[in-house]
Amino acid sequence: MSTALNSERSAILKQNRASRSERLLRAVRTPGGAVFVLLTGLLATIIVLNPSFGEPGSFIRFVGRTAPIAIAAIGQYFVIVAGEFDLSMGSVVTMQVIVAGNLIRQDDSKVIPVLVLMLVLGAFIGLVNGLITTLLKVPSFIVTLGMMLALLGLVLYWTGGAAQGNPADSFRQIGRGGIQDVPVLDIIPYPVIILTAAAVAGFVLMRRPYGRMLIAVGDNPSAAALAGSRVWWVRTRAFMMSSLSATVAGILLVGYAGVHPSVGRGYEFTAITAVVLGGVVLGGGRGWVLSAAAGAFALESLFTLLNFMGLQATWRDTVQGAIIIIAVAAASRSWQRKRKGASSAAHDEQHQLAAAPTPAEGTEQGGRV
Amino acid sequence: MRNNSVRAIALAAALPLVALTGCTTEPSATQTTGTGTGSAAASSPASKDWFDQSLYDTQNQQRSATFEGNPEQPYLQYIAGPMRDTSKFKAPGAHKVCFANASISNPWRQTGWITMNQQLKALQGTGVISEMETRDAKDNDNTQIADIDYFIAEGKCDAFVISPNSTAALTQAVERACETGKPVVVFDRGVETDCATTFIHPIGGFAWGIDTATFLSERLQSGDKVVALRILPGVDVLEHRWAAAKKIFEEKGIQAKDYFTGADPTKIKNIISDELATGDVKGVWMDAGDGAVAALEAFEDAGKKLPVMTGEDEMSFLTKWKQTGIDAMAPVYSNFQWRTPLLALEKVFKGEPIPAEWVLPQKPILKDELDQWLQRNQGMPSGHYAKFGGEDLAGYPEVWQKRQIP
Repeated sequence: MSTALNSERSAILKQNRASRSERLLRAVRTPGGAVFVLLTGLLATIIVLNPSFGEPGSFIRFVGRTAPIAIAAIGQYFVIVAGEFDLSMGSVVTMQVIVAGNLIRQDDSKVIPVLVLMLVLGAFIGLVNGLITTLLKVPSFIVTLGMMLALLGLVLYWTGGAAQGNPADSFRQIGRGGIQDVPVLDIIPYPVIILTAAAVAGFVLMRRPYGRMLIAVGDNPSAAALAGSRVWWVRTRAFMMSSLSATVAGILLVGYAGVHPSVGRGYEFTAITAVVLGGVVLGGGRGWVLSAAAGAFALESLFTLLNFMGLQATWRDTVQGAIIIIAVAAASRSWQRKRKGASSAAHDEQHQLAAAPTPAEGTEQGGRV
Repeated sequence: MRNNSVRAIALAAALPLVALTGCTTEPSATQTTGTGTGSAAASSPASKDWFDQSLYDTQNQQRSATFEGNPEQPYLQYIAGPMRDTSKFKAPGAHKVCFANASISNPWRQTGWITMNQQLKALQGTGVISEMETRDAKDNDNTQIADIDYFIAEGKCDAFVISPNSTAALTQAVERACETGKPVVVFDRGVETDCATTFIHPIGGFAWGIDTATFLSERLQSGDKVVALRILPGVDVLEHRWAAAKKIFEEKGIQAKDYFTGADPTKIKNIISDELATGDVKGVWMDAGDGAVAALEAFEDAGKKLPVMTGEDEMSFLTKWKQTGIDAMAPVYSNFQWRTPLLALEKVFKGEPIPAEWVLPQKPILKDELDQWLQRNQGMPSGHYAKFGGEDLAGYPEVWQKRQIP
């Protein structure tokens, strides 16, 4: 027994000391790495179908318009990896969009105060979600579903269900504008900069003690609690980050698209799908933050690809749904196969693989995004 | 552990499905959940189903018809046709009206709802209507059927006004209202029965489609690309617009590509950006003006030449049209029809004959009238509709400017 364990351990040690290229290859074979392959494939197909998409100027705009959903996916990642769901995300986006439209109107001097108010509001919603889930022990699926409905009702009450008009252009610049006259790229949209900042912050956070704890809590909350972590506070902060990322997505969407009560509709499911597509396991404890963002890009590329292929409008949703199911099923299968193949040491091994060497690969891949 | 991942697969598989149903069945725009069931499965057959040659021809003629009545009061104008004798409803005094509304979930319905309430106040002032009890079905067929049955059971209604959520689903409920022997006024979307005292509506979706598609194809050449932005499938008023437009585009060789947007500006912007990346988009056709600004912004952001466009008489579009100076027209689905049901009831209670099918004028706003309509609606919010027809009512213009929704 002990010799078997020892040989397992030394095998893992060998794995971890493997060359950079071997490690990269291995990372690509996990669902979290495969999403980058999928993304590359989708982008390549789009460019083949339509070469002008690959021009730096139009590509950076594509990145810019995907930024809100990628940021939302990063936020959703924290909650999912901690073993919970945040279904209120879409409603938070909608509510923030309406708040911006109704409170700022055409008054430039209100931009900063309202921006601060929106962030406070976002953090508060996350805090409520988190505390009810962790302290009152209500499943987060129900808590955030309730929050989703409550916020949607509030928006309906406030607006009657229709748009009131766009806020001041200075506010919309955050989501619509960018740094002009950049060589090669022509423009660097502000959303790209904000996304980069969010991705870097998320990446760093996941390598810090809090991030490790979050994964531990998602994998086995009892063990994490026995090991001395305050599970309720770790999870509550994840909910707050999720609501805050929805707020940021909302701010960008007001700029990009304008105020409308339909903005943000279905965002929670798009974000969850992106996270799952990024190989993050529902139920928690496994997955990389940057793969979640890559999942969002893969999803958006898929939509774009379908647009380019000129599919019938009425068919499009069905095809989209089918492709997503297949991709996610494939990702789940490969986790499963891994587990079947390994022995009792599998658990141990996965921890090592998921937590230790792989995020480094995540960054290299992330740079491409 | 294995159970866990099986569950994960199942959940993951279910999620996009939920997301998809979420997208297709509850757009903020107009209308139905009930009839939209088969929407994803059958596009081209569906639009063939929606196309109705005789209705197309009728509405095509009605575009140039003469309307009875004073053009200053378009909400009382109608095309001459069979009249309904209402002498049996003649009764003095103030009456209670019960209004089963589909929803006020889009700017068009909100504007109409505001106008209707001001009209109500006027009729309360003259002692025709004592009160109007309204139930809002929130875009749900089942809710609206229950609302109508509630009114019938309550038994206190002297007249019914019904703005159906969807055509087929509401037919029987409207018939039950007719059976009470009280006057029933149906407006906006229709039902499959003519038991109502009158059915009030502008000319219709085919006329809209003919106006807009003719406008675009006159300015474009065969082979040019038009992006058609549609709100959602399955609603007759909207499907007719597209059915007519599609036919004309096909005849003229215009490449029209249609998308469902749910009026979501994010989707609209993404769609236009993608279309611009694949080649020039010469025209944009919309089945409702909600989101027109986002469509134009996508052209601006991509630095492309602005398209020839058809929107709607919503202020946001008219203002953007003026700002950008594009070649455009604004088809009108006459918002002033929201006044007509109450005015029709006034006639009914006096025993005056009214048209059995009350076809209101539906005249698009063309370039030469743009300034005039902007002038007339100065200071109105972006969701306001230029042809709301309430200028002579009390509270004008503050009530519409502040957009206080009753």
